[in-house]
Amino acid sequence: MNVLVFVGIHTLLAIALNLLLGYAGQISLGHAAFFGLGAYSSGILTATYSWNPWLAMLVTASVVASVAFVIGFPILKLKGHYLAMATLGLGIIVYILFNEWVDVTGGPSGFSGIPNLQIGSLIFDTDFKNYYLIWIFVLGCVLLSVNLANSRIGRAFRAIHDAETAARVMGVNARLLKVQVFALSAMICSIAGSLYAHVMTFIAPPSFGFNISIELLTMVVIGGLGSIYGSFLGALLLTTLPEFLRFMNDYDIVFYGGLLMVMTIFMPGGLVRGIPQLFRKIRGSGKDKGNANA
Amino acid sequence: MLRLKNINTYYGKVHALKNVSLHLAEGEIVTLIGANGAGKTTVLNSISGITPPSAGDLLFLKETIKNLSPDRIVKLGISQVPEGRQVFKPMTVDENLELGAYLRYKARAPRLEIDKDKEEIFQLFPRLEERRKQAAGTMSGGEQQMLAIGRAMMARPKLLLLDEPSMGLAPLVVQEIFRVLQRLRDERGVTILLVEQNAKAALKLADRGYVLETGKVILEGKADELLENSEVKRAYLGKDKKEIWER
Repeated sequence: MNVLVFVGIHTLLAIALNLLLGYAGQISLGHAAFFGLGAYSSGILTATYSWNPWLAMLVTASVVASVAFVIGFPILKLKGHYLAMATLGLGIIVYILFNEWVDVTGGPSGFSGIPNLQIGSLIFDTDFKNYYLIWIFVLGCVLLSVNLANSRIGRAFRAIHDAETAARVMGVNARLLKVQVFALSAMICSIAGSLYAHVMTFIAPPSFGFNISIELLTMVVIGGLGSIYGSFLGALLLTTLPEFLRFMNDYDIVFYGGLLMVMTIFMPGGLVRGIPQLFRKIRGSGKDKGNANA
Repeated sequence: MLRLKNINTYYGKVHALKNVSLHLAEGEIVTLIGANGAGKTTVLNSISGITPPSAGDLLFLKETIKNLSPDRIVKLGISQVPEGRQVFKPMTVDENLELGAYLRYKARAPRLEIDKDKEEIFQLFPRLEERRKQAAGTMSGGEQQMLAIGRAMMARPKLLLLDEPSMGLAPLVVQEIFRVLQRLRDERGVTILLVEQNAKAALKLADRGYVLETGKVILEGKADELLENSEVKRAYLGKDKKEIWER
């Protein structure tokens, strides 16, 4: 059950990154930063300052979205490798902040005593309850994202992705839209971070480091760029896989690397497009055999 | 209708346009010819706001559009068919056309009206209708060019900017596309600024022309006069080369 809670949180994060990367075509190697900002801000506001967790989540999400909006303007002017580097830098800065600002964040030893979420007398303190809590958020996020992706705005994102100049001369305000999707993406990550903090009640910097940003990227690519359902598949696979790879100890990273290589070579469209193709191929070859026999 | 007054545009330190002035009257087809790197595309991008000019003035319908963003300029009625077509390859023909009407969707224009415009585009280019559910990237170059023009028309422009629509296309396809441009002007009164390498075809279609060389306008005049101009003939139409070489 615990694993399914994490699948849910990772799905939220993967969808957030996919809106940015898969739809609008803008890479971010620092998305764990927004996840961490959500978690730490919620944690500190509730544990240190005794705020209501829901209020803290809401305030945190809006602040993180605004911050992303403001830094989005200079950052998203960059393209390709430069954008990757800038977002990477953002991730590292935030990670260092969590580690070094010991008085507020607890530094490397982490931050504990975060309360669980609560509605009336219902306290989300077991895996079972958290499971429902998280998946309600995931459901909401999926509905929002699917609607957005199929709207005029979603089409504009894909247009920017494919031919930015052409999109601009169609009247798409590319710069503003890119910044807006960046802010939306950051906001979803922040909410996922708040949920994570309240579910875990303890957070530490390594959960929001560079490798997490990369893991998110892997989920999005393996699941399928530009597919909301693909993000779910990617999150599911990469979250449950470690459970099955325990026997490999530290060598599981080799498996991930191999998986990423195999996937990009044989299923460049990700699981969500690759699996149906595979089925068709198998069925197709089966048919051929049938014909040969006849 | 459109007037460029001493436009200067830079790419970083490169001075791409030097005091370019030109004008278009309503309902005119004007062509801008010149060699590679002369600055033809930059003129169009300066008008549409993609590479805003740093000095000079740009007037459209008597109002300055110099510091407006590309989306505002589209809204005023200027659509660009970008160089190399730039259709949205993974999207269908239908979706491409709908993106052309992006600002109209945004302004909540009635769907029926937009669908009717789409039908009109299909009348101009029947081949697009056959392929409306097909991904744009899988079509031929000529069909993609037709789509790029159709997409620009979906914004209901008063002025259409075309960047080398003949690029890499078979002569027959070029003819077909140029015929449609003529129809757009004659039947709908769309004013057209046509940038071309194919100087002969462009001058035959246009009313007037400008010749651009290394960022400057070096010649301007009626299209038929430019066709007869010895300098244009030599440099852009490939005629009378011999005499000049031997002199």
